Amino acid sequence: MSIDNATVRHIARLARLAIGDGELPALASELGRVLELAGHLASADIAGVEPMAHPHAQALVWRDDAVTEGDRADALLALAPETRGGFYLVPKVIE
Amino acid sequence: MTSAIAQLAASLRARRNSALDLARQALARAREHAALNATITVDEGAALAAAERADLTLAGGDTPALCGIPLVHKDIFCTNGMRTTCGSRMLEGFVPPYDATVVERLAGAGAVTLGKANMDEFAMGSSNENSFFGPALNPWDLTRVPGGSSGGSAAAVAAGIVPFATGTDTGGSIRQPAAFCGITGLKPTYGRVSRWGMVAFASSLDCGGVLARGAEDCAHVLAAIAGHDPRDATSMDRPVDDYVGVLSTSLKGIRIGVAREYFGGGVEEGVGTTVRAALAELEKLGALLVDIALPHADLAIPAYYVIAPAEASSNLSRYDGVRYGHRCSAPQSLEDLYMRSRAEGFGAEVKRRILVGTYALSAGYFDAYYLRAQRVRRLIANDFTEAFRQVDLIAGPTAPTVAFKLGEKANDPLAMYAADVNTVAVNLAGLPAISIPAGFSEGMPVGLQLIAPAFAEARLLAAAHQFQQHTDWHLHVPGGAA
Amino acid sequence: MTMPHSSHPTSHGSWQAVIGLEIHAQLNAASKLFSGASTAYGAEPNTHASVIDVALPGTLPVPNRAALHKAIRFGLAVGAQIARQSVFARKNYFYPDLPKGYQISQYELPVVSAGRLAVRVEDGRTIDVEIQRAHLEEDAGKSVHDAFHAATAIDLNRSGTPLLEIVSAPVLHSPAEAVAYMRTVHTLVRWLDICDGNMQEGSFRCDANVSVRRAGETKLGTRAEIKNVNSFRFVEKAIEYEIERQVRALENGEAIVQETRLYDAAHHRTRSMRGKEDAHDYRYFPDPDLPPLSVSSADIAAIEAGMPELPAARRARYESALGLPEADAAQLCSDRATADYFEATLAALAAHGAEHASGAQGREGSGSNAKLAANWVLGELAAALNEATVHIEASHVSAAQLAQLLARVGDGTISGKIAKDVFAAMWAGEGDADTIIAARGLRQISDSGALAAAIDAILAEFPKQLADYRAGNDKLLQFFVGQAMKRTKGQANPQQLNALLRERLGPMAEV
Repeated sequence: MSIDNATVRHIARLARLAIGDGELPALASELGRVLELAGHLASADIAGVEPMAHPHAQALVWRDDAVTEGDRADALLALAPETRGGFYLVPKVIE
Repeated sequence: MTSAIAQLAASLRARRNSALDLARQALARAREHAALNATITVDEGAALAAAERADLTLAGGDTPALCGIPLVHKDIFCTNGMRTTCGSRMLEGFVPPYDATVVERLAGAGAVTLGKANMDEFAMGSSNENSFFGPALNPWDLTRVPGGSSGGSAAAVAAGIVPFATGTDTGGSIRQPAAFCGITGLKPTYGRVSRWGMVAFASSLDCGGVLARGAEDCAHVLAAIAGHDPRDATSMDRPVDDYVGVLSTSLKGIRIGVAREYFGGGVEEGVGTTVRAALAELEKLGALLVDIALPHADLAIPAYYVIAPAEASSNLSRYDGVRYGHRCSAPQSLEDLYMRSRAEGFGAEVKRRILVGTYALSAGYFDAYYLRAQRVRRLIANDFTEAFRQVDLIAGPTAPTVAFKLGEKANDPLAMYAADVNTVAVNLAGLPAISIPAGFSEGMPVGLQLIAPAFAEARLLAAAHQFQQHTDWHLHVPGGAA
Repeated sequence: MTMPHSSHPTSHGSWQAVIGLEIHAQLNAASKLFSGASTAYGAEPNTHASVIDVALPGTLPVPNRAALHKAIRFGLAVGAQIARQSVFARKNYFYPDLPKGYQISQYELPVVSAGRLAVRVEDGRTIDVEIQRAHLEEDAGKSVHDAFHAATAIDLNRSGTPLLEIVSAPVLHSPAEAVAYMRTVHTLVRWLDICDGNMQEGSFRCDANVSVRRAGETKLGTRAEIKNVNSFRFVEKAIEYEIERQVRALENGEAIVQETRLYDAAHHRTRSMRGKEDAHDYRYFPDPDLPPLSVSSADIAAIEAGMPELPAARRARYESALGLPEADAAQLCSDRATADYFEATLAALAAHGAEHASGAQGREGSGSNAKLAANWVLGELAAALNEATVHIEASHVSAAQLAQLLARVGDGTISGKIAKDVFAAMWAGEGDADTIIAARGLRQISDSGALAAAIDAILAEFPKQLADYRAGNDKLLQFFVGQAMKRTKGQANPQQLNALLRERLGPMAEV
């Protein structure tokens, strides 16, 4: 199965991955092969079969509404590449 | 006594060694085997401090099973104050401010963390060649891979640096390296071990587990790490069995299913022969071999390589250069920040899988890929449910080949994926499985995989233990030295 | 081409507006939807963000039960279906205030669906608005664009706060209908105590989907989404502008672009959001970290048992059982604390046994205690609360205290006019009504002897005015009333005074 360069670019954009022009053909080819592998799924008879998002039947367990986390701003901001005045910084976004 | 952990525990109890001695010896062995590149971080200070604390506990007369025993954690488990990289440039300098539950529980049991084991980047790989920190090597043959993604953990145990290591298994990443390195690797039931602090690759498939010499060692470790954790909503609230206490359960009358599909065309002759011989051993111990079918086995790889990348593509979106991790230099805009930080931070295999996963979830393709794969997943799970009506365990080769040469499959992703052919179905169904050493082929270890129904780890460990009481494959060490 | 500024939802010229609202109500849980960090507003940046809210590697979501219960309360209040099984799904997109790179929301199986809400529009009609769904999702953090020169600053305190997204069907046809619906939902979520409705703090936000079509057309036109409009007034203006903009464009032969727009309050217009991609592929899939939500009939029954009487029902009760006019009932029921205060006042008033004697006392006369209490709560009390910028829950005068005051009006102890002074003193903390009346000697003078004496004194003091009155200047009656009031320090019983004065003054000369 072949994936064209435009599709790879589009998917890479959705995934926010910069792809150089030189990388495109190899990636398109590799993706094509994986998707071909995935294409074998088409042969399966899935009539009436529910999708399985979780391996075991499990009910969601809820927690009590209580504040259990305190101020960890210092420790967490220290992990970041760029902060100022207690904020995380990113290049200016225009809305 | 086969259990390395039990032996060490005995020597601590008898005061032939202190925990500090064990830690120093392990650190020395780590230095000695540095060429294996089994570890990304070794933290001598933390190890010695933990050992001292263990010695205090031991001095008090208390001798819990894992107290003072050294280990390495796969570098996917967050360790508070200790670098956690996931084998990636993206997290090259990341120091978590919290511990994973697995780390917490082992520390609580007095085990001593030496450092963090090498791994395929974000757990994506079957050879440990996808690590930003260079491949780990197989102690049996330094020109071969140790398997992946828990390659460093397997190498560390096989080389005798530490008696056990933690690992994670999403598509075979504990079992396959254990098979390649001639040790025992246990993947518990999904939800048996908490995923809190275990960096996510594919959330509905990821399982924390253990690599060690033998099943008895694995039982001790599982006892410490298993159990419900309210911080993980997928963690199952079920009582933890007495894994160690029931190891001596006999194999008599245990029905072991043998599926033709696990001995398919991709399985090397030497591997097939070795595994069949191991099955014969099991029969001698009283097990009954039963032919079973797993009709959708050939769809496991396609389903896995849609579902795992899809979940991964979403799980890895948080790596954006904003709050932690790699950030590109001088970003010109928000988009530039994202695109370049992520392109620079992730290796080729991770990028491939993110792209596949994004595609599989994208508008227009969701039904044909992701949704369909989830339905096939149910078919595969149903196969196992059916089979377990007739048998108690399912057996087969863990991997179709012995450890391959470095570089042999690195340029062919699909060839690499094929290494997982016998392991991924287990993850799709959320079942527990163990790989135990079963012999050798071409001088390299061969692993036998046993699969059990959900939450039947006790049965699995007992069967493996019985096999190990009557064979000595798991006691072989590389280079012949103990 | 001008738009008739009416709230009647007919076509403008030959156009019909079609509006649907998506309301995001921040649920007033103490902790976040998926973490134990605090949701309290106004903290220093990033001090209410836990390892989960910052999306550190290895962290996992654990859901907050109170958020689910609040969502179910809403569903029950709008007669909706509560899903026995529902699912949290990931909505994937990149933005710096969205730390995981996805929002945990609900997609195919929301917890609440198919509800309806009766909405009274200002022109007197009641419309039935279909609520398609209400689902749980986590809020994003805040992007601050003007804190620093060349960077945008991110504060993740808000990240993870529980939201209930309430989606109406596109069944609103005018800005007035849209605002009436928004107000009704606003009142309801506060009434149910699931959201504080504080729009300045962003607890209650509204996106409006607006399109137009030719009258009679059944197909929907292309819509524009106006995001994050945070006041009733701005919603009305934004929708008004947008309808005009679209009609103008279509009449000029232009097509409407499906896009997101912002309301520019300074220039009274909507404008396209620059730099935002129009086509988001959110790649929704069920969140593998969260098993499906199960809600049992027992759960629902327990929540239902704790539900308050809803505003519509109370309003109807006030109108029918208490005979209050529609406007009063609506005002009292715009806020549960106010309605509760009103009923507490009524109950205490009844306990005083202070039912008006028919006819004799006061202009309030044949009106009921209910009308009296309503007048005071909506009048004097409301004015005092307003001036002190205090909410009724912090009123300086309690319902019991107000009731005592009203009882004293009802039993003739003081006049309605004096009561206002007493109220002011009560508000200032001088004590309860009886204490103040006694301390200031404010008991109404109803004794005819005392009143007659006062009248005689006035008439003696102002002989000229008396002569003028008798000569035909009947306006001077008020002059004498005023003087008598002054002389009695306002404590003359007005009705008695009036009657006695007329008697004393005698008939006027025929003109």
